[in-house]
Amino acid sequence: MSIDTDTAARVAKLARIRVEDDQLPALAQEFSNILDFIEQLNEVDVEGVEPMVSVTPMRLKRRQDGVTDGGMQDKILSNAPDAREGFFAVPKVVE
Amino acid sequence: MSDLTKLKVAGARDALRAGDVTSVELTEACLAAIEGAGALNAFVHKTPEIALEQARAADARIKEGEAPSMCGIPMGIKDLFCTKGVASQAASRILEGFRPEYESTVTTQLFDAGAVMLGKLNMDEFAMGSSNETSCYGNAVNPWRRGNDDTALTPGGSSGGSAAAVAADLCLAATGTDTGGSIRQPAAFTGITGIKPTYGRCSRWGIVAFASSLDQAGPMTKDVRDAAILLQAMCGHDAKDSTSADLPVPDFEAMLTGDIKGKTIGIPREYRMEGMPEEIEALWTRGREMLADAGAKIVDISLPHTKYALPAYYVIAPAEASSNLARYDGVRYGHRARLASGEGINDMYEKTRAEGFGHEVQRRVMVGTYVLSAGFYDAYYNRARKVRTLIKKDFEEAFAAGVDAILTPATPSAAFGLGEMQEADPVQMYLNDVFTVTVNLAGLPGVSVPAGLDKQGLPLGLQLIGRPWEEGDLLNTAYALERAAGFVEKPAKWW
Repeated sequence: MSIDTDTAARVAKLARIRVEDDQLPALAQEFSNILDFIEQLNEVDVEGVEPMVSVTPMRLKRRQDGVTDGGMQDKILSNAPDAREGFFAVPKVVE
Repeated sequence: MSDLTKLKVAGARDALRAGDVTSVELTEACLAAIEGAGALNAFVHKTPEIALEQARAADARIKEGEAPSMCGIPMGIKDLFCTKGVASQAASRILEGFRPEYESTVTTQLFDAGAVMLGKLNMDEFAMGSSNETSCYGNAVNPWRRGNDDTALTPGGSSGGSAAAVAADLCLAATGTDTGGSIRQPAAFTGITGIKPTYGRCSRWGIVAFASSLDQAGPMTKDVRDAAILLQAMCGHDAKDSTSADLPVPDFEAMLTGDIKGKTIGIPREYRMEGMPEEIEALWTRGREMLADAGAKIVDISLPHTKYALPAYYVIAPAEASSNLARYDGVRYGHRARLASGEGINDMYEKTRAEGFGHEVQRRVMVGTYVLSAGFYDAYYNRARKVRTLIKKDFEEAFAAGVDAILTPATPSAAFGLGEMQEADPVQMYLNDVFTVTVNLAGLPGVSVPAGLDKQGLPLGLQLIGRPWEEGDLLNTAYALERAAGFVEKPAKWW
């Protein structure tokens, strides 16, 4: 399957990764090669096969819906690139 | 004792308990070896103060008696594990400066058992790679060379720093993680032992996530006994990882009898790949003979969907990665791009991720985004998950027919030169994982054991694949193979 530069640009946008226009043709080519490789899966008869959701057949454990941790605002914020007054700070979100 | 760093975990444990050596002495010897091994670029964040403090505490504990096996053992930790207050950046620029406020479950268990952390080990960025060439720290280098040729070789990946450090005797053992072969392939490339346990054996909590349904931690050690000792310390149920198995952890070391009489070993015909080097084929045949000589019954088996494992993996792993790596947005930790005036939050995300992620990581995140996008989810992602079901079923049928373990080559070649794959298509690099990736897709335990040298003097490994949760039995078969192979070669020191 061949991926065009518009598709490559759309995927980059969806992934929130900036790709400069002059890089798009090479990226599209790489995607095409990888997808060609993946296309082999079309040879497999998967009729009636369930997609795997869990590697081991076990029921996920349940727990009390209770607070087990918290009260560590300083620790949560300690690695933030920009934290102010107890919050994560980001550029303006709403115009 | 100048050769302290050459000790294995079991030998060091016995020497520590006998009072022949202290953990401080062992730790200082390792720290000196690390200082002298800058050319290998294995340790990327050194933690000598923490190491010596842990070593002193271990010595006190050993003196009191009843110390666990890992007490006082100096080891390296892959950079993928979050270690409290110590840089943990998955070899990525995007986590530059990140110092976790918490400790991963696996490292917590190791430190509770008295293990000593010498530092953090190099790896491929976010564990995405098979040569340690995608690291933001630069390449880790294999201590092995092709005879007298001084070409720098890859230690494999993603756990390349772990493999190089153990093979070069910079530490007694190391942690690794394995999503498609990242413990077993570097172990094979460096002549050491590495086991990826059954999915769910080791808690994933506090390990930077790549592909959550495939990721497992495991030990990288100088022999099978050490792998058993480390694995025991690393395993166990953890309520903080919902996929962690609530099963008792047996005494793996006690299960190493070397007796495999009556065991059935399967040889999968689909692993005989076209163009496979003759030496790999010959090694595989020798492995088969060694296990037969040890009393095992050898049977030819078929795992018909093997061919589709890599393409399925290269849908599932990037899909999960694109979701897991969405968290690196420049808000909560790590790198944030500088913004021009007027740029908004989407510019921040896009610029941060473009600057922070390396090329291979960007490529995989975008492939994952594509296969999960509207209109392609069924065609790619769901189809890959169905193929995964069939791959697992192949193994289940082999085990149901009485096979106890499966013997395969660990890698399709010996270690290659750093940079040699630079011009190759990414798919060529992915082929490194052709023998290992099936095991992750099926969630099974797999161990790589060094079994010989090729014509150029480089180590080659064999892989054994076991039944789910039967790591003890698998390690015992590996132990029998190790004894028969008698691999004792070490790289000649040039660094």
